[in-house]
Amino acid sequence: MRHILSLLLENESGALSRVAGLFSARAFNIESLTVAVTEDPTISRMTIVTSGSDEIIEQITKQLNKLVDVVKVVDLNESNHIERELMLIKVSAEGDAREEVKRLVDIFRGRIIDVTEKTYTIEMTGSGDKLDAFIEALNTKLIREVVRTGVSGIGRGDKAITI
Amino acid sequence: MSKSKEILRGAEIFVRALKDEGVEYIFGYPGGAVLHIYDALFKQEEVQHILTRHEQGAAHAADGYARATGKTGVVLVTSGPGATNIVTGIATAHMDSIPMVVFTGQVATHMIGNDTFQEVDAVGITRPCVKHNFLVNDVSELAATVKKAFHIAHSGRPGPVLVDLPKDITAESCVYEYPSSLDMRSYKPAIKGHPRQIKKAVDMILSARKPMLYSGGGVVLGEASEELTAFTRKLGYPITNTLMGLGAYPATDRQFIGMLGMHGTYEANMAMHHCDVLVAIGARFDDRVTGELEKFCPYAKIVHIDVDPSSIAKNVAVDIPIVGDVKHVLADMIKALKENKNRIDKAALKDWWQQIKEWQDTDCLRFDRKTEVIKPQYVVEKLYELTKGDAYVTSDVGQHQMWAAQFYKFDKPRRWINSGGLGTMGFGLPAAFGVQLALPDETVCCITGEASLVMCIQELSTCLQYGTPVKIINLNNGYMGMVRQWQEFFYDSRYSHSYFEALPDFVKLAESFGHVGMRVEKTADVEGALKEALAMKDRLVLMDFITDKTENVYPMIAAGKGQNEMHLTSERELA
Ligand SMILES: Cc1ncc(C[n+]2csc(CCOP(=O)(O)OP(=O)(O)O)c2C)c(N)n1
Repeated sequence: MRHILSLLLENESGALSRVAGLFSARAFNIESLTVAVTEDPTISRMTIVTSGSDEIIEQITKQLNKLVDVVKVVDLNESNHIERELMLIKVSAEGDAREEVKRLVDIFRGRIIDVTEKTYTIEMTGSGDKLDAFIEALNTKLIREVVRTGVSGIGRGDKAITI
Repeated sequence: MSKSKEILRGAEIFVRALKDEGVEYIFGYPGGAVLHIYDALFKQEEVQHILTRHEQGAAHAADGYARATGKTGVVLVTSGPGATNIVTGIATAHMDSIPMVVFTGQVATHMIGNDTFQEVDAVGITRPCVKHNFLVNDVSELAATVKKAFHIAHSGRPGPVLVDLPKDITAESCVYEYPSSLDMRSYKPAIKGHPRQIKKAVDMILSARKPMLYSGGGVVLGEASEELTAFTRKLGYPITNTLMGLGAYPATDRQFIGMLGMHGTYEANMAMHHCDVLVAIGARFDDRVTGELEKFCPYAKIVHIDVDPSSIAKNVAVDIPIVGDVKHVLADMIKALKENKNRIDKAALKDWWQQIKEWQDTDCLRFDRKTEVIKPQYVVEKLYELTKGDAYVTSDVGQHQMWAAQFYKFDKPRRWINSGGLGTMGFGLPAAFGVQLALPDETVCCITGEASLVMCIQELSTCLQYGTPVKIINLNNGYMGMVRQWQEFFYDSRYSHSYFEALPDFVKLAESFGHVGMRVEKTADVEGALKEALAMKDRLVLMDFITDKTENVYPMIAAGKGQNEMHLTSERELA
């Protein structure tokens, strides 16, 4: 099953490679990984999307906790949560396609953030599924470039993940 | 300890920090990147530097020192090839959870990343085989980093920590202050086990009809032998130790039924297979212990005590996990046992012991005692008798290692020192050197094979320099025996590259290094030779025992087999 893990870790230069190295060394799955510093400059927040049986997810969580740089690991799947991903996508927009793409962007509530005579650059956020659906809906011949950030996740409600 | 604030250079801070940490020995090898440090070492006397002949030797020596004493082993090497040469030693310590702090020199900070002379990314190379590592970027962080390194290496589940020291950092100055305590928000190892889990575990343990205790290296590392012994005696249950756990429970005690696993005793493996409650104590269900996981302990409910949560339920599902320091947990379990109103089913336990006695009657470690050619098992058995089981014994990897584990009965922890996890040939001699340095009045023996011994043979020279009278028992069968055994069993005796066409004359070799060499070729001479060597209290003696070339290690669980499917010997196929 797919899980979203949220990590707080020391904002140290080696921390990212420790996490990435752990996944490859122990042959764990990694679908996406995003990381950036938080409001506290000594702490980074990482979101990892992975998949595996309950036993494997338990091992992943334990192994992450064992890393000296990791302060906290929370499996967002254990309660209600929100996930978002940002996508930037450049598409050909000429002739009939120009209007058609614009309509599709509106339906998916994206924004066109750069325009040339031949192309649109679109910004879209949402769950991974929504972004997949948008790509699916586009005529593949129109797609020139896709940039996705990977998932960021946060729990619902007034509880916060802090150190 | 507040002293007036002194301004020191990085190299001096480094040495002072070691002193303040209580380090007596640092095992190392110099080179360009660490010359400032070597100069600072030269100007003081408190921290003694021990010069090995190869960086791998330094790492294994520090490791042996740590295993025998429980203190943290310390290593210092230069950048580049110095750093790559200790990777095997670091990985060896990591697999067996040995506390070790390794300092590597590094090129100056502004040169890092330029493919500078003798530059390697030591932090990157060692990341998968250390507990943690650091690159020191600023001299003001040096003392605190040393403190953290020792704290991490020694606490929780111990392990090696590497600190990479750029040369410019060792030249710059700042105020020296060694932190007296540490609080790391991201690193807080568990100590006490959960009381409810302990209560549940004790209930389950008392309800057993065919109980089995299985303890590992964690009990040695956690200094919990006494508690383990008290707990086991109180219950009257059978106990087995892993290769890494030997000595944690006295091997000559009647409740001890031998080592378990691939070359463990028949009775230990059969009891594991048939038990209904298994208590795993500081052991990690390693594949050499479990055999085929599908067939492992099919009837048992399992309690698992470990300081590392990630060890629990990694390979084998567990019914009652207890995370905590094994010494604390066992002490609490003994208390909980006394308070518990349930009683052991004595009749069931008696039947269980009766069943175990029957398994013991197969005499699974039997070997032919009537041969003129020396049986390796006999040498170990005699060594055990002559040293009264009191020696510190290091080993390498192969058949000799298994015979040492089977035939030397360890009654005390920290006396059996071998690379169980990584299985590093070349470990035995430098480790023995480290042990003897720490314990100059003890008998230290290295039981090895000719292939393993030559892998770090250069450390004979270190042994001469520091006068460490190690006794080397070379069980010389001319083959990489363990490889040959597998080739015999599983590759129709095609002995591909496991035989040495040329070997040194080990007697002359010992002599050329300034030591005593002996060759022993007949069974009748074994005892006399051992006596003679052991009597030479202040000399290193390399004893070359020419042993049966084709002796195999039995009993054995082959790959893919269950614990109840052991081969006893080629003639005796039981179970
Ligand atoms: C560094 C290293 N290389 C290779 C091996 C694989 N290996 C395991 S046992 C063995 C043979 C050991 O031979 P020897 O030291 O003579 O001991 P014996 O088995 O004959 O007692 C080898 C090559 C290893 N464990 N370590």
